[in-house]
Amino acid sequence: MLEYWLGVATLTGIYMIAVLGVSILTGFTGLFSVGHAGFMAIGAYTSALLTKTYGIPIVLGVISAMTAALFVGLLIGYPTLKLKGDYFVIATLGIGQATKLIIENLPDITGGARGLTGIPSGSSFTTVLIIVVVVIWILSNFLRSKQGRNCVAVREDELAAASIGTKVASYKLLAMGISCALCGLSGALLAHYMQYLSPSMFSIVKSDELVMTVILGGTGSLTGSIIASLILIPLPEVLRFGAIQEWRMVFYGLLVVLVIIFKPSGLMGNKEFSIAGMKRLFKNIGLKTRHGRVK
Amino acid sequence: MQNKEAIEAILELKHVSKNFGGITASDDICISVPRGHIYGIIGPNGAGKTTLFNMITGVYDTTGGEIYFKGKKINGLPTAVIAKLGIARTFQNIRLFGSLSVYDNILTACQKNITYSLLDSLFRTPKCRKQEKVMAEYCEELLEAVGLIEYRDQQADNLPYGLQRRLEIARAMATTPQLILLDEPAAGMNEEESIALTVFVQSIRDKYGITIVIIDHHMDVIMALCDHITVLNFGQLLANGSPDEIQTNPDVIEAYLGVDDEC
Ligand SMILES: Nc1ncnc2c1ncn2[C@@H]1O[C@H](COP(=O)(O)OP(=O)(O)O)[C@@H](O)[C@H]1O
Ligand SMILES: [Mg+2]
Repeated sequence: MLEYWLGVATLTGIYMIAVLGVSILTGFTGLFSVGHAGFMAIGAYTSALLTKTYGIPIVLGVISAMTAALFVGLLIGYPTLKLKGDYFVIATLGIGQATKLIIENLPDITGGARGLTGIPSGSSFTTVLIIVVVVIWILSNFLRSKQGRNCVAVREDELAAASIGTKVASYKLLAMGISCALCGLSGALLAHYMQYLSPSMFSIVKSDELVMTVILGGTGSLTGSIIASLILIPLPEVLRFGAIQEWRMVFYGLLVVLVIIFKPSGLMGNKEFSIAGMKRLFKNIGLKTRHGRVK
Repeated sequence: MQNKEAIEAILELKHVSKNFGGITASDDICISVPRGHIYGIIGPNGAGKTTLFNMITGVYDTTGGEIYFKGKKINGLPTAVIAKLGIARTFQNIRLFGSLSVYDNILTACQKNITYSLLDSLFRTPKCRKQEKVMAEYCEELLEAVGLIEYRDQQADNLPYGLQRRLEIARAMATTPQLILLDEPAAGMNEEESIALTVFVQSIRDKYGITIVIIDHHMDVIMALCDHITVLNFGQLLANGSPDEIQTNPDVIEAYLGVDDEC
């Protein structure tokens, strides 16, 4: 039983990495993607095939996975992010579908729709935990930097961002790159955890779940994305027991509706949890009560 | 100022035109803004004032003519590049980073002097920390100087209108520009607010030596502030001169000052 829950925790960590990537893209930069599971697939199959077929070390496989997803992401982002309109979303839809089709139609290499087996095992709970912590640390650094602030500026108002010297298209591409690299990482870790891959694991539903988790957590809050991941990703596993399994999507939908009604900006709004923030909050409460007494 | 001719022009528009389909929003406009001046642009609605700002900042391409900033041709450059060269602006319809705090609006604009790389950001290297610290101090000082420090942590969208205008100007200042373009900063302000604004704009020029081009309909604001005024009408340059000259110019009186259909 403990092993089972450790497995759930590991999977949660793996998917959380992808959610954090999409959080940078959608939550912080304001760009929508309906195909980021495709980048997970690219990462997953890259690392799986390289380690299985050529026997290269898993670490190198994972790095190649991130590089491959990054490369494809920049390739579709570069021409479409410069344009006004919905070209980018359409391109992500395209890449999501294309990846799945390519995998299905190259059965000799990828195992096709029946799946790829015999992938070297590597993603232990501890490994995933360490990677998640490092990713969160790096992303929170990013968001406190000039580059992170520029991404947020682009989300808030592109024209205003340009007027303070922000190269809008470049920062969109940067956010795209980060999100793709993280989805690639997530996919690779998934491959080495499951030791089995099939194209159905990376369907458009998975892409939507990534975006949904970010939105439910609160766009523009890393903390929100983390909390939403911790709740939503294990949910199907928790609901697996008994006959509730069929009700899973209903529950999901209900949750979305509830959040939209009661907290349209998501669980965390655009706020972050931080020690400094808590201190300030308590100080403010303290100040108010003190003032209350004096006056 | 006696030696007007001796002062270098920081911004020059040479025969600038702009057509939108059939509409001529700017028709052969020549303007020369001396460094250190507060320069007014007035004219009825639809006269093409905002269009000029949009061309200067690269939001629109010019249909004809050239724009020079510090002697360098800037038309055709992207907006972000022009901003980095030292031209900042505000917008007729305020464009703040609405869901960010006052402080973050300012901090985001402070990027010209940041030289650390993406890798420095990701790993928060000492180089990054050091520059961030300098920027943080600079932002606090700027907020203090513009009188927004007490609103530091408030969300920009929740500020009263007058303060939103002020924040937008402060954000422009945070880019350490040499020229600021203000598009109707007093629009929608009451008497008191527009007097405060006049004092504020004056102080930006006097304290920081920033050249200012200001579009506005409030004649009291324009006449009190400006060293020089250009009047536009239907995309054309109607008059050019000191506030006194403009106030007595018969063309201007007929086209603009006399006809009171602005507000
Ligand atoms: N993006 C645009 N597309 C089409 N017409 C425009 C555009 N921007 C401005 N115009 C037109 O150009 C003229 C001048 O507009 P504008 O510069 O905004 O005037 P002002 O700021 O002096 O009130 C108006 O007739 C306006 O309708
Ligand atoms: Mg206008």
